[in-house]
Amino acid sequence: MKRYDLIVIGAGPSGLSAAIEAAKRGLHVAVFDENGKPGGQLFKQIHKFFGSREHKAKLRGFTIGRQLLAEADAAGVEVVLNAVVIGLYLDKEVVVRLGDEIRHYKADAIIAATGASENMVTFEGWTLPGVIGAGAAQTMMNLHGVRPGRRILMLGSGNVGLVVSFQLLQCGCEVAALVDAAPRIGGYGVHAAKVARTGVPFYLSHTIVKAEGEDHVTGVTIARVDEKFQFIPGTEKHFDVDTICLAVGLSPMSQLLKMAGCRMEDNPKKGGQVPICDSYGETSVPGIFAAGDVSGIEEASSAMIEGRIAGAAAACRLGFITREELEEASSAYRASLSQLRQGMFAPENRGKLLEKTEEGVDISMNLLQKGYLLDEEVEKYPGVTRRKGIHPVIECSQNIPCNPCQDACAKGCIQVGKKITSLPVVDGEHPCIGCGMCVASCSGQAIFLLNEDYDETSATVTLPWEFLPVPEKGARGTALGRNGEPVCEAEVLEVKTAKAFDQTRLLTMRVPKEYAMKARFFRAAESGVGA
Amino acid sequence: MNQVNDRSRDLGPMVPQPDDDRIICRCEEITKGEIRQAVHDGMFTLTEIRRYLRTGMGLCQGQTCAKLVKGIVARELGVSPAELEPATSRAPVRPIEMRVFAKEGKGDGADE
Repeated sequence: MKRYDLIVIGAGPSGLSAAIEAAKRGLHVAVFDENGKPGGQLFKQIHKFFGSREHKAKLRGFTIGRQLLAEADAAGVEVVLNAVVIGLYLDKEVVVRLGDEIRHYKADAIIAATGASENMVTFEGWTLPGVIGAGAAQTMMNLHGVRPGRRILMLGSGNVGLVVSFQLLQCGCEVAALVDAAPRIGGYGVHAAKVARTGVPFYLSHTIVKAEGEDHVTGVTIARVDEKFQFIPGTEKHFDVDTICLAVGLSPMSQLLKMAGCRMEDNPKKGGQVPICDSYGETSVPGIFAAGDVSGIEEASSAMIEGRIAGAAAACRLGFITREELEEASSAYRASLSQLRQGMFAPENRGKLLEKTEEGVDISMNLLQKGYLLDEEVEKYPGVTRRKGIHPVIECSQNIPCNPCQDACAKGCIQVGKKITSLPVVDGEHPCIGCGMCVASCSGQAIFLLNEDYDETSATVTLPWEFLPVPEKGARGTALGRNGEPVCEAEVLEVKTAKAFDQTRLLTMRVPKEYAMKARFFRAAESGVGA
Repeated sequence: MNQVNDRSRDLGPMVPQPDDDRIICRCEEITKGEIRQAVHDGMFTLTEIRRYLRTGMGLCQGQTCAKLVKGIVARELGVSPAELEPATSRAPVRPIEMRVFAKEGKGDGADE
């Protein structure tokens, strides 16, 4: 039986982070992952992450995944793939399926970073081919390059539902509707807004009545629900779709920990059965730790920090570092973690209806119900100003932990301040040079450059563009409003690309002056996007 | 004694519901009605339901239906799902062929 100091189960964001921290401190570490590729969900995440620089904000998920793998390699971590851990027994014995054999390993410490599985909801026809999880859609699109369907209905308006809807649009699918039984959108407003502006309708307080079709999905019927989530007769709506995508939450995959005898609790706030852990992620069994979604559903950025804390704690448990050294390392990580857990979407605010931002500005109820800010309310936010010449307009209206826009502006036009959940403020003292770095760096695609004085009659709007085909300079089409409805004609003046933009293109379109504050998306005359 | 373990209490007759024929456990093809009936037959815990009906015993090992079954049983018993103890976790936690399960690898493993 082969021994390691530490065995990590799961090579996702938290598992790799934990392995790196432990290996850097001298532990002999193996990571087992059941998949053929490491990185967990990170390699399916093609959007830019939130947070601040220390959280790897504005990098795309797969880039973070590559960095973690390189870091793990440099630290001497042994990552074993296609290694299915089938059991975790007394005295930290790990039983693994490798190829056509069963192998036994032992370690002095174990970190379970097994992640989560997708929840399902049932409705008439839910077992028809064509009803898939949002994770499956991401796997098909982003790992295998397969389009999940042509016309899709998404159920679930949390960040997963919103992000995957956008990815479906990017891969050339039509998203017929985004539906959620809850009365308000669960994910970030900026994620909703970038979907809404392409023309996808949101149906909150609605859910699926039935999936239609004989041997595969050919349509879906939704209906409005009352406060008790009961269907209201007569409110049914039908959509012709070939795919129904479900993004209705995640459950921790904690079976191995339960099997190992760790004390468990059923905690709805954490998504289900989770081990009871101390602040280092150590379970009731000394030397067995949990990190990432398995210890409570959050997102990848916090999972990585939890992993780092657990990795350092495992090193301390085995005597590789002192308690003081652990305290020093973990206090910095805790501070970083607590930054991510602040703002409107902080764990303690889950399910609460907040009516004002920290700055005292009204939160848009239209954003929470329809997915976009109304033209008349957008100017209430401190990032939205009108002035002469080119300037950024930041349609950021919720306190979320994110500040890459502040770092992006070399001229100091954009201030978020010390508290990273604060709304960005556009500071008129500093002149904007129109470089567009803020537009490209905003993970929420909520920054636009406006020049309301382009010429006598027209203004220019520069927006982030992440679709194919990329419109040509001179292309004509329609400018869409925040709600995805056509507002005016538009002509593409320029499409900029740069290494620093990290694949986001900056599309500048000319629109009549009076539509500068309204036009937020471009639809080419012959394009399918948003059609 | 918590409500789940109070087997003397009367749940009343099983009232048919329109979606009783909906499949909940896809791998073993168990319907909602069968799960509800099992509760009325006296299966009050998830482990009992699993043994009685084989819910969650198929290929996906309850990855999809565990939470759904829990919700249905809890509703039938009139308790919160959090009060129901989840079914026992045991190896193999992933489906595995018997010929592999029975084949112990020799030597040190991963790096040979």
